[in-house]
Amino acid sequence: MIVKSLDPRIERAALDDESKIGELNVHEHFETYEVFQQVKRGTHHQHVGNVHAPNAEMAMLFAKEQYCRRGAAVNLWVVATSNVFVTEYVDADIFETTEDKLYRDPNSYKVMDRINAFKARTSKV
Amino acid sequence: MYGNAYIENDGNKVNSILADEDPIKLAEFEARIAAGDKIEPKDWMPKEYRKQLVRMIEQHAHSEIIGSLPEGTWITRAPGFRRKLALMAKVQDEVGHAQLLYSAAETLGKSREDMTNDLINGKSKYSNVFNYPAPTWADSAVIAWLIDAGAIVNQLANSKGSYGPYCRALDRICAEESFHLKYGHDNVVFLATGTPVQRAMVQEALNRWWEPIMHFFGPPDKASQHSEILMRWKVKMGSNDSMRQTFLNMYVPKIWDLGLTLPDPNLRKNEETGQWEYTEPNWETFKQVINGNGPCNKERLAVRRMAEENGRWVRKALMNKDAVYATPLA
Repeated sequence: MIVKSLDPRIERAALDDESKIGELNVHEHFETYEVFQQVKRGTHHQHVGNVHAPNAEMAMLFAKEQYCRRGAAVNLWVVATSNVFVTEYVDADIFETTEDKLYRDPNSYKVMDRINAFKARTSKV
Repeated sequence: MYGNAYIENDGNKVNSILADEDPIKLAEFEARIAAGDKIEPKDWMPKEYRKQLVRMIEQHAHSEIIGSLPEGTWITRAPGFRRKLALMAKVQDEVGHAQLLYSAAETLGKSREDMTNDLINGKSKYSNVFNYPAPTWADSAVIAWLIDAGAIVNQLANSKGSYGPYCRALDRICAEESFHLKYGHDNVVFLATGTPVQRAMVQEALNRWWEPIMHFFGPPDKASQHSEILMRWKVKMGSNDSMRQTFLNMYVPKIWDLGLTLPDPNLRKNEETGQWEYTEPNWETFKQVINGNGPCNKERLAVRRMAEENGRWVRKALMNKDAVYATPLA
């Protein structure tokens, strides 16, 4: 049956409510691009999400529409998801900053103790 | 509600839901959630967790895209240029929300094409509320205010859930919904404080939308071990009734404040319990509409098919034969 609609545009389209369309195949909605946005000059670009697009130029267009509709942005990057190399969460232990790496911590250097001890020692002489 | 009002228990016994799961991994997974940590796409997760999340996020995405149709109807006829611009912006936001949500669902392993197929072939559901027509401008105002208000109650709760990509999508969505809410409120207030004809128009729209709005949060949950597990996994963030209460408590006073009425003589806040009392909406109607017999189900899907079909040649022309499919990262 032809769809009766309140929307004049849909009325004009005279849609058949039993119409069928072929199934979409994987990839018909394209690959994904990851989107990085810089909100202000001088700040880091930050990952904000992704878009489906057939190429980088269109990914940029969609990213602008999707992630920069309102609020500040000064720059965008897009990169095909398949080109991003990622670590696995199961390997997260590689990031553990263990307590025994104190030599990377500026607070672990107590020079004043040594200087004061030195001064105390030499002033007595 | 957008997604989790329609979580279905497929009759699986709780034991069989958890039966094939590795008990050590399951314990780690549950401990992570209990600690308030998020689950990310490549993490180990129980099959039931993945399944319910895909269903929920997918339904939410479909709801956004179908939900833009009744409002889109009014773009060309919105009174005044500013309202046309604002309504276009709102509709664009809704379609954008669908994209964010489809991506979040994709991280769980279902492709966007498959989700679209399942919407079109009727296998996937979307929020019931979008199967009703918007016969007047006041209907579009009531939708923008109160349906979006209901959506915010739901989405704010879900944004505290356990699945990272869904939470991130919802954070972005909630930020944009606040414009929809203000825009809708502004339109309702304009009519409600206007001429007797305008007031009558908004009152009639409110009368039409009250039952769909009460349906929006889904039927009262049956207490079951299944829903207990989904709550523990922070898939379901509150009972349907508690979300409905939150909504009533926030918005009924605002509606009454405008001198408008709601078509339920039993609607009142019980000051002793702090709970709202109301007449249960007709849940049989709800079931009928969900199963395809609402006033606009056929139209909505026919329009969605048309959009997919009319755009197909453009997408085919743009397809990159060297594209590599990769699941979105986050």
